[in-house]
Amino acid sequence: MSTEDPLPGYGGRLRDLLESKGARVGCRVRIIREPGEIIEGILMPKHSLSNPRTIIVKLDNGYNIGVDVESVKEFCVIECREVKRASTTKLAMDSSKPLVTIIGTGGTIASRVEYETGAVKPVMDPEDLVELMPELKEIARLRTFVLFNILSENMTPHHWEMIASKVHELLSEDPSQGIVIAHGTDTMSYTAAALAFSLQKLPRPIVLVGAQRSSDRPSTDAALNFVSSVLASIELKVGEVVVCMHGTTEDTYSLAHRGVKVRKMHSSRRDAFQSINDVPIAKIYPRERRVIITTSRYIPPHRPEELEARIGFDDRVALVKAYPGFQPEIIDFLVDRKFHGIVIEGTGLGHITEQAIKSIERAVQEGIPVVMTTQTLFGRVNMNVYTTGRKLLSVGVIPGNDMLPEVAYVKLSWILHIDRDMNFVKRMMLQNLVLEMNPFHRVDLFPRWFHG
Amino acid sequence: MKAALKIPKSLDFQRLGLKVGLEIHQQLETSRKLFCECPPITVSHEELAKAPRIRRELRVAKSELGEIDVAAAFEVQRGRVFEYIAPPSASCLVELDEEPPHEMSREALVIGLAIALALHAKPVDEVHVMRKIVVDGSNTTGFQRTAIIAMNGYVDTSFGKVGIQTVTLEEDAARKIEEHDNVVVYALDRLGIPLVEISTAPDIHSPEQAKEVAETIGILMRLTGKVKRGLGTIRQDINLSISGSPKIEIKGVQRLELLPKVIANEARRLYGLLMIRDELRRRNVKPNDVMSQKPVDVTDLLRDCGSRIVRSALQRGERVYALKLPKFDGILGIELQEGRRFGTELADYVKQWTGLKGLIHSDELPAYGITEDYVQAIRDRLEMGNLDAFVIVIGPTNKVLRALDIVKERAAYAVIGIPKETRAANDDGTTRYMRPQPGAARMYPETDIPPIVVTDELLNEARKLVPPPPTEELTKLVNTYGLSRDLAKQILLSGYLRVFEDLAKECRSFSPSMIASVFTSVAGELRKLGIELSEIPDAVIREVILVADSMNLGKDGLVALLMEVGKRGVKIPEKVRELVEALGIKPLDLESVRKEVEEVINNHMNEIMARGERAFSFVMGKVMSRLRGRVDGKLVAKIVMEELSKIFKG
Ligand SMILES: [Zn+2]
Repeated sequence: MSTEDPLPGYGGRLRDLLESKGARVGCRVRIIREPGEIIEGILMPKHSLSNPRTIIVKLDNGYNIGVDVESVKEFCVIECREVKRASTTKLAMDSSKPLVTIIGTGGTIASRVEYETGAVKPVMDPEDLVELMPELKEIARLRTFVLFNILSENMTPHHWEMIASKVHELLSEDPSQGIVIAHGTDTMSYTAAALAFSLQKLPRPIVLVGAQRSSDRPSTDAALNFVSSVLASIELKVGEVVVCMHGTTEDTYSLAHRGVKVRKMHSSRRDAFQSINDVPIAKIYPRERRVIITTSRYIPPHRPEELEARIGFDDRVALVKAYPGFQPEIIDFLVDRKFHGIVIEGTGLGHITEQAIKSIERAVQEGIPVVMTTQTLFGRVNMNVYTTGRKLLSVGVIPGNDMLPEVAYVKLSWILHIDRDMNFVKRMMLQNLVLEMNPFHRVDLFPRWFHG
Repeated sequence: MKAALKIPKSLDFQRLGLKVGLEIHQQLETSRKLFCECPPITVSHEELAKAPRIRRELRVAKSELGEIDVAAAFEVQRGRVFEYIAPPSASCLVELDEEPPHEMSREALVIGLAIALALHAKPVDEVHVMRKIVVDGSNTTGFQRTAIIAMNGYVDTSFGKVGIQTVTLEEDAARKIEEHDNVVVYALDRLGIPLVEISTAPDIHSPEQAKEVAETIGILMRLTGKVKRGLGTIRQDINLSISGSPKIEIKGVQRLELLPKVIANEARRLYGLLMIRDELRRRNVKPNDVMSQKPVDVTDLLRDCGSRIVRSALQRGERVYALKLPKFDGILGIELQEGRRFGTELADYVKQWTGLKGLIHSDELPAYGITEDYVQAIRDRLEMGNLDAFVIVIGPTNKVLRALDIVKERAAYAVIGIPKETRAANDDGTTRYMRPQPGAARMYPETDIPPIVVTDELLNEARKLVPPPPTEELTKLVNTYGLSRDLAKQILLSGYLRVFEDLAKECRSFSPSMIASVFTSVAGELRKLGIELSEIPDAVIREVILVADSMNLGKDGLVALLMEVGKRGVKIPEKVRELVEALGIKPLDLESVRKEVEEVINNHMNEIMARGERAFSFVMGKVMSRLRGRVDGKLVAKIVMEELSKIFKG
């Protein structure tokens, strides 16, 4: 805390007052408010939505309250002590257990709360992880590596490259180690797809894991997800990138989803991640230490020397959604600005207003591949059925089959970084590289919705 | 039962240095829950039976200070799984911890502020919602959301002012349904119902004063007209100490009448524990004498004893272990509260920490089919001296050994003093051990909810709800309706003041006292029959009373009708008349009553003559058993009197 802002969140006249009294967050202060009312407690950092005039104090009973600076008759600092730091007991890792390397990229998967200030701090030391999830030490010998620490909505293709390079490095160094990537959930499926295209013919699973409830809460889903992911990284015998998250709203099992078929389908639920147009690869019961493969359709592990790494993404690709009243100049703008590729999230079987066809045709003529996917997510595009689809095909639009729009976006970006030749792009987009397309849609792949 | 000491039953609380603080929790009557849009209602058994069930676990992270809270650690070592029943009509993803909380209900905040103002407390300028760690499963999140909205108030009592330390607004916990095989089942309907918690200063020095404080605060909250009523909608927790004891927490006193008894019982227990401490010191027992004992397997010794408990345990493949408690002879049998001995305290620790049934101790033996010979065999095996005691625990080996460790620690602590405990109130006014007391480091900010500035607008809305002082209302009830002070107080506490006042004005034959009794003593009688008055809608209660009034059914008739209405779960007032017709309830005219009386007299002439002047209650009883519920008893009495006097005069 000492190297950071001593009065986080405080500004203006209130900050001047606090500074003039030598106060900083963590100091014990006394406030005399109204005639005779004395409030004593620890000065706390400001909540970002708190009124600018409010001083936040933690009382001895643990509660925070806000005191309006205008109602303060007297303010003084009683004492300022350094906040006690936790002394983590260093636990020796069992060297007979398999090595699992955790790559930290940010997100809520591992964090703990600082009770004195309420600040939530990320946790990445193996010791800290074992402290939160003691069963980990019975499964693996952990090693951690913090690559960066950002919110997943701030990820860019450049970050995908960094993660892919790190995984490549780890696989080259020791292909027998388990690899788990802790990631924020918002864009985790994009990263999963990026890794799947970058690193093909994998010798083992690469596991991405996240949490919908941060690990400072007793009800966190992080523990089940994390233990499952470590288990999967060792025991799941596939050569694919998978996302490992809660299977249901209960704390019973996790699912390992194919990285190119998974999507965050709910803004907050634990079981937000689900496979779309595909079955999950495995069910993981962490309490029973069981990993059960649920499909016969998966890429088996390859020999380490077979690994094909092509890491790089073109960041001039746009993902555009079709909607009634779609303005064709959006496409014109992308063409004018020399974008390298466009993925359209079309309606139904893969459509967009006829008004836009001219602009799309111009894009293709200028060497910008245009890929069509569907905003229904479930099902595949079929552009032969209706006139608009046929017209789009005839001007050179590439049908995206049953690929999720986000996956098509990542794939196009990855292909364009290799070669922008239209024929090459088209051939690659239509080719099923890492099972990102599923030619067989069983009737039960579509969820049963609640009908009252 | 052997007991080395007798703990006095009546104690001078002043001299004991009794200090009591109350925490009064009251559910608020709002249109939605505190942090989501669900209605704040509890649902029927039928809906619960059909509702989805979801299993979860809770974990505790070490706090940044590097300590796991003892109370939290206690829960975690129990390793229980929680099953949540999520009734769709009264819970959503927020209660399931699958969606972030919504903003705080403004309505609840206004009611909370009104109660705070009525208690002369000073509202904070900005309300900050906190997370209070609770890992017993009663909150799906593992914490309770709670916020101080005001501080530093007071309430006047006949013993003087009692300070109000804080007024908090918080979410109620999930409703515990059952517990089996390490699974605790909760219903989510109650989770999130807005609750006001009022914490008094430890300014209370006697059980009676505690009752007065709780009553005064209770009445004050009810007078806002914005709080829920009925069993479980108000709960009292007690913080209590005597000189030389730590502060003990007692949870969940649901009935106000029980409050003084619980306080007196607990004070006695604490005093008793101090006496036990002194006795153990006199015997020169050192904590380490107890801690150094080793559990001994005595399964083989008891294999053939006649005890059914032992036999069925052995059939399950369980073991019996004994532990010597040096120089504890006669201590385990000391009665601390009615029917609860020091041995019971140890047994509670075993139950709470290991889930085993409890223990058997030497002061209560021979008993349970373990005869003197077997007791002696155990004593020999443990190499016991005359002043030594033992306990035995039956169960799976690992649990038994854990249990005996717990027993050892608790018994050793008896030499040092009184452990800091959170206890639960039993229905008979005694208390039992629940868990160790949570430490202070278990609160942190609820970052998902923005702080709320307490504006003048909010305060003005709150001021409109601030009720007049309870004493004023009390005097008004006494003067206007001729109620006794006690009945007036009961009406205020019942939460039915408004309903009562309307009816008192509208009824023709029922007196105000009679109407008031429906909401007080009659409500109590109905509860004994399993009918909660609070579950009958006000409009239906009103209709029942008005119908009974207009039909001259008398009090008995009214109560009988109310019972039918309660049993059948009548929810709309129009149904009351239908029910009256269906049941064939008719007001009786004087003639038919007289006919009934004559018939009874004629049929029992011999008995009546034998009883002479005392025949009145005999005849009354016979007649009322035929007419109960259809006619006012007073009227019957008058006619019986008239008819009997004819016989005896003639
Ligand atoms: Zn809800």
